[in-house]
Amino acid sequence: MKAFRFLAALLLVAGLAFAQTTVNYFSFTTDQDHVPQLEALIAEFESQNPGIQVRYSTAPFADYFTKLQTDFAAGNPPDVFELNYENFVTFASRGTLAPLGERLGADPAISAETFYPAALEAFAFEGVQYGLPITFSTVVLFYNQDLFDAAGVAYPTDDWTWEDVMAAAEAISDPDNRVWGIYQPVQFWEFYKVAHAAGGGLQVGPEIAIDTPENRAALEYLVGKIEAGVMPTDAQLSGMANEDLFQAGQLGMLVSGIWMFERFQQADFAWDIVVEPAGERRATHFFANAAVVAAPSQVADAAYAWVRFLAASPEVAATRIATNWELPALSLSNSEALSPYLERGAPDNREAVFASLAYAVTPPVVDRQPELQDVINQELEAVRFGSKTVAQALESAQRRVASLLAD
Amino acid sequence: MYERGARRWLVLALFLGPSLLGVLLFVAGPIVASLALAFTSWDLLTPPTFAGLRNFDRLSRDLEFWAALRHTVTFLAGYVPLVLVTGLAVAVALNGRVPARGAFRAIFFLPVVTSWVAVALVWKWLLNPQFGLVNAWLAQLGVRGPAWLFDPGWAMPSVIMTSVWKDTGFVMVILLAGLQAIPREYFEAAAIDGASRWQQLRHVTVPLLAPAIFFALTISLINSFQVFDQVYVMTGGGPAGATTVLVERIVKQAFSFSRMGYASAMSWVLFVLIFATTFAFSRLQRRWS
Repeated sequence: MKAFRFLAALLLVAGLAFAQTTVNYFSFTTDQDHVPQLEALIAEFESQNPGIQVRYSTAPFADYFTKLQTDFAAGNPPDVFELNYENFVTFASRGTLAPLGERLGADPAISAETFYPAALEAFAFEGVQYGLPITFSTVVLFYNQDLFDAAGVAYPTDDWTWEDVMAAAEAISDPDNRVWGIYQPVQFWEFYKVAHAAGGGLQVGPEIAIDTPENRAALEYLVGKIEAGVMPTDAQLSGMANEDLFQAGQLGMLVSGIWMFERFQQADFAWDIVVEPAGERRATHFFANAAVVAAPSQVADAAYAWVRFLAASPEVAATRIATNWELPALSLSNSEALSPYLERGAPDNREAVFASLAYAVTPPVVDRQPELQDVINQELEAVRFGSKTVAQALESAQRRVASLLAD
Repeated sequence: MYERGARRWLVLALFLGPSLLGVLLFVAGPIVASLALAFTSWDLLTPPTFAGLRNFDRLSRDLEFWAALRHTVTFLAGYVPLVLVTGLAVAVALNGRVPARGAFRAIFFLPVVTSWVAVALVWKWLLNPQFGLVNAWLAQLGVRGPAWLFDPGWAMPSVIMTSVWKDTGFVMVILLAGLQAIPREYFEAAAIDGASRWQQLRHVTVPLLAPAIFFALTISLINSFQVFDQVYVMTGGGPAGATTVLVERIVKQAFSFSRMGYASAMSWVLFVLIFATTFAFSRLQRRWS
């Protein structure tokens, strides 16, 4: 009898072990610094969802998509993986994602007010919701208060325009001592936003409008800072990252993402942020990442449970805020989850992060996104190095994007 | 005792098997597959579809491909003559009675066995316009150094210089072996006839070294068509696209743009280019000797 009971217990345990569902999760938003947090969140999820086990792997953004596509080609994709807004369409349009559909509708914990609306909409394709936003971020104007004080210039405010930026940059710049007024990258992500702020925008469908007077003005503003000597050239930077230059106290202003907060804690000068200054109008960045379920996944229910945990659970939101691990893409009305973020200080003006979201414009997205970005970047680089004029570059970009999209 | 028949084959198969299996699986397989893929359109996410000759047609109109081919040929035209001349010079210098000859040979060969990534990173620092040693030395001579890798006009010369520095030792080793096969009596005879050092080099060394020089030339040609590592690490194809090369294009099409079929077509065009050039040179060599 005793032996029988033991055997039964053994069978039960074995049965439970076999009933374990494993969800494979692939992440690029988890950098080296945040692996312990991810492991803690997985443990929390597994304790809330007995029978589900999450196995994760990570890759840096630069290698992530190569590995992901290879996994798909090999017929062995992860059950849950992450997509940024720009690459979402490529995957959704090829039928590689499982619609969240009924599971989302039946979920009592999620309503239309759960997420920041633009972030949720960003991951729907042809009216079908494929992903839940897990993080978002934006870009702001960082400024070095010590350099502003030394130059006797008043700090930037939320009402600043491009003219104010140029005036301050000129007052601060001292290239002989390797101090420059500002750094604003001349690349795809800056350009689509600055183009919008100049009154234009990168329009890739249904009609292509890249070479427009407004966009030319935008690009003139971007490279004008190099020509005016208030922003370092590539040769002057010599491979130094612009954030390192700011951190070394050699930049008055820097246009960069809120993901820099953690790094700039080590700066030995006072700094703060404001909403990006306006051109003809105001425009800010919109970067969002979502968790999605792969269409071939055999464990779609468990996979969905992990996706909604990542996107909407209070544990994940609290962890992200506490460790500067991007920002949970929750509705701003969810002040309970977001208020700790505002109170953390350094930078003091964290309200600017949320204020920026009011002006967020989404980047143009096409099926062949990496090639679109490559074409634009090539043309912008040619202007940066002076081998093309603004007019030549945009004329060429217009032509090349048209032929890419007609392909 | 001489091993015969089946037993001999078994021994051969046992020794060659593991590496042969590797070659079949990881080299021959992908080569055959890439030939088939060159006629398809494949984005890795959906199954490949037959594309006929469309990839090759696209290639003929792809300005970036032609620019990359032009840059590759520029690299070849700078690198091959330079590396042969420096390799020959070092080989001849270190073939004579030089103090610490072995140590010098080792030093010149050291860059050859160093990983390209390490070499490229070191040179990237040396050539850094703001903080690099090269421009610091030039400044001491009163010369204002160029921006090297950050100047579209100087980037390719910088890559060529670095490549010559790395591969001189390789050419040196091949030519040293060739030099040692030349009987010393020839030089003695030439000297007795009154030939100067230069005349000996011109009329004895170089003609007798021709097979070794051709071998070094062929290998250098193939290497230049396949130039990639140094470009990838030092410039990434920049600045402003001044150093894009064929292999870098292939990698970009395949892994950044997910155009596997197109990348395969490009690879086969590159193969045909290399094959034709090598074939032409081997013909040339036959006529020479």
